[in-house]
Amino acid sequence: MATAKPRVKVPKSASAGEVITIKTLISHNMESGQRKDKEGNAIPRNIINKFECFFNGTPVFSCDIDPAISANPYFEFTAKVMEAGTFRFVWTDDDGKVYDTEKKIALD
Amino acid sequence: MKLTRRQALSFSTGAIAFTIAGMRIGPAFANAEDTSAAVQAFSGGAEPQSGMMTLKAPEIAENGNTVPVSVTVESPMTADDYVESVAIYAEGNPNPEVVVFNFTPMSGEASATTRMRLAKTQNVVAVAKTSTGKVYIDKREVKVTIGGCGG
Repeated sequence: MATAKPRVKVPKSASAGEVITIKTLISHNMESGQRKDKEGNAIPRNIINKFECFFNGTPVFSCDIDPAISANPYFEFTAKVMEAGTFRFVWTDDDGKVYDTEKKIALD
Repeated sequence: MKLTRRQALSFSTGAIAFTIAGMRIGPAFANAEDTSAAVQAFSGGAEPQSGMMTLKAPEIAENGNTVPVSVTVESPMTADDYVESVAIYAEGNPNPEVVVFNFTPMSGEASATTRMRLAKTQNVVAVAKTSTGKVYIDKREVKVTIGGCGG
């Protein structure tokens, strides 16, 4: 699927040491490899298999994804903010494509 | 077309044979043993404790294609003592593995939410591993009205 569109929600600012909640969603079929087409042939697996989040280059959160994750994979997680900076979000597709997006956060 | 008794009989036998064959061809589902083997492999053989982790999932999921699930582990999340990863397994899916969340001390809290597919009514198991070598487990049964694996 060529048009995977990432969407991320990060608060615009936070106080130092605050734990914020980040919500992410990417549009993707997440073809599980279990379904069959009209002729009974298995539809090949094509999913996002990895999601990572970095803050100023340091890993914050990541997950290894199996086909049991729903279409348009949604992840909600937390991050502790000590300084202003940039969150980077990276999704890796089975076919080798990488989708990424960035969000800035300021300190109050 | 009028069926004779003999034709009718052979037809119904055929239908039964076809049904049985169809069931055999269908996807092989994981079971509790596969799941506990996967849990063992993930935890490295440590004895899992219950209580420190909460797995939240609906009691009844109408649509097995998107079942919200969230995990929260009680942990100080400091550099010396934090939750490294949480794995979620579904006992009745074609493959038990659902997702592995990897946390760092930068996560602040060991909690995450996602949406998963469930093929049928089954147990969902979450296993957490901390940097100090502790293993926590929690389990929920989710009743599924419409399965979410196609096929």
